[in-house]
Amino acid sequence: MANRNVNKTVRRLLLATVLMFGFGYALVPLYRVYCDLTGRGSNRVITAADVGNEVDRARLVTVVLDTNTRDIPWTFEAESHKTRVRPGELSEAVFTVENRSARTVTGRAIPSISPVQAGIYVSKMDCFCFTEQVLAPGESKAMPVRFIVDTDLPERFSSLTLSYTFFDVGENKALAANPS
Amino acid sequence: MSDVAAHEHHHDDHDHKPTGLGRWLFSTNHKDIGTMYLVFSLIMFFVGGAMAMVIRAELFQPGLQFVDPQFFNAMTTMHALIMIFGVIMPAGVGLANWMIPIMIGAPDMALPRMNNMSFWILPFAFAMLLATFFMEGGAPNGGWTMYPPLVTQLGEGFPYLIFTVHFLGVSSIMGAINIIATVFNMRAPGMGFMQLPLFVWTWIITAFLLIASMPVLAGAVTMLLTDKYFGTSFFVAAGGGDPVMFQHIFWFFGHPEVYILILPAFGIVSQIIPTFARKPLFGYESMVYATAAIAFLSFFVWAHHMFTVGMPLAGELFFMYATMSIAVPTGVKIFNWLATMWRGSMTFETPMLFALAFVILFSIGGFSGLMLGITPADFQYHDTYFVVAHFHYVLVTGALFALMAATYFWLPKWTGHMYDETLGQAHFWLSTISVNVLFFPQHFLGLAGMPRRIPDYAVQFTEWNMISSLGGFAFGLSQLLFVWVIIKCVREGKKADEQVWEGARGLEWTLPSPPPFHSFTVPPKVDASVAHS
Repeated sequence: MANRNVNKTVRRLLLATVLMFGFGYALVPLYRVYCDLTGRGSNRVITAADVGNEVDRARLVTVVLDTNTRDIPWTFEAESHKTRVRPGELSEAVFTVENRSARTVTGRAIPSISPVQAGIYVSKMDCFCFTEQVLAPGESKAMPVRFIVDTDLPERFSSLTLSYTFFDVGENKALAANPS
Repeated sequence: MSDVAAHEHHHDDHDHKPTGLGRWLFSTNHKDIGTMYLVFSLIMFFVGGAMAMVIRAELFQPGLQFVDPQFFNAMTTMHALIMIFGVIMPAGVGLANWMIPIMIGAPDMALPRMNNMSFWILPFAFAMLLATFFMEGGAPNGGWTMYPPLVTQLGEGFPYLIFTVHFLGVSSIMGAINIIATVFNMRAPGMGFMQLPLFVWTWIITAFLLIASMPVLAGAVTMLLTDKYFGTSFFVAAGGGDPVMFQHIFWFFGHPEVYILILPAFGIVSQIIPTFARKPLFGYESMVYATAAIAFLSFFVWAHHMFTVGMPLAGELFFMYATMSIAVPTGVKIFNWLATMWRGSMTFETPMLFALAFVILFSIGGFSGLMLGITPADFQYHDTYFVVAHFHYVLVTGALFALMAATYFWLPKWTGHMYDETLGQAHFWLSTISVNVLFFPQHFLGLAGMPRRIPDYAVQFTEWNMISSLGGFAFGLSQLLFVWVIIKCVREGKKADEQVWEGARGLEWTLPSPPPFHSFTVPPKVDASVAHS
């Protein structure tokens, strides 16, 4: 009977529709995997034990330090905007933040590395972006990032940018919901 | 054949047509719903066209003349949303509604009530979208692609934009389910899959594309909604999300979407060219397989829309080669159309003229698409007017010209009246000349570096912009002639017979013009004289 066949076709197509809606959401974790594989949005963490003593003395890589704030009453600067490091060597960059408002503000810095393909070659031992930062009114603070550029960094990358953006945790619903 | 006609005439006598507004509001008749879809898309064509006129008027000279930049950006965004979702897609679904049942010998669509619903969602969805013009923050102005974080900064119009997209998705998915259910289950005896007219074939494949891609768009915009109002962070960097992910998900929908817009056009042209060349379509089976191949490949090329976001080299190469490979099945189609015309007894009535212009001008759009598909070249062309020229060649002289060809081709069948051939050809020549004056110079502007989506530009771009705008105004005005031809045809065109075109073949031409309200209530006999291949 044609009617029964129609119902069967419709049921299958509705199922396909629902599955494809789910697939849209499944792309989110798939994208995470893709990012981990390619280094996009990479924030690799290591401990002192992981630090090898192999240092590439023949090479210097320029590291540009980029600072941004969004919806937060802080000033945020790198002590020096550019530094040159040797691959394999533990390097340190220092940043300063100051709370310019009359209230205590909790902020969180979101890191990114550019070019994105170089992300997997940068590891951090210590970073102010690992935890939330709380500043009293008018307080200022110096914060370090200790990182290693991998000796495997391909030759075509002569310059990297480490970028940080401070968001206000109290003001930002997304941050409050994802305290990771 | 005359048997069928006589039978239908007999039936005509007790053709109960509901009357008044109720006939349209509660219609479950595929012909009435098809007509409503087509009229709706014609109206929206002028709404979206008026926005294009604002854009071209503002770009006639450098500097800000008529509108402020915010409103200009709303114009480009809304023009795109309306032309894609309000014109090309509904016109395609309208044609499918009208033609598929009478092409396969079915009495109606498989799910007539759902058919009614899927149409009536549209006017409400677009009323909602257009209402954003009067809201705080204005209409959507971050581009039709709705990239975050820009789109989430839209004012009160934001949720209206999202829900409009949801509604449009629901409507087109219902339409797609209906079309597949109809073709799979309601073909007349003897109408096998390989006897289906190519228009029906392209629509089945389009319908599958819709079912596979629209839900993904629905998911993506739902993520935007929850990001803005419910504290999720799919695309919010602060919460660990990534705005680039939206582009991946969006274009996973977006690239199949461009084939949703163009595949029915391929089907239309494959009906028209054999008719006026008076030869069967060359390579019917390869046409079917090529269409399916294009649809399949369309799911593996999305990232060519975003070569510049920073992808690994291997990814860029993959998407470049995958994109280029689509040229192969597309080439098969173009050459099949040429071979169909080869040594045919061609005549050049208006539908054929539009179909021929389609083949030539769509190919130009295809070639500029190949240029854009070359990753290193795309870094130069990305977000310039070259892209604008490319997609208007494939969508205006491609999809839209095919829809106009279809209108002229089937208008005598729908209305029972011939259109005015002289006026039809005048409309063709005015449109074809002006559309090239409008879009061809945009290639030059793009190659020279003019970015898209800007209300003002550097003075060296002035001349080509002026020429483009003049072409735009001429093209816009020419379309008034199109409406006049349709109105004149409906009101005073001379009577059309059932055959209409000398070389026309297929079940729809065995019905009287116009077909009775209920057709093929008894399945027709399908034999070699009406079936394809």
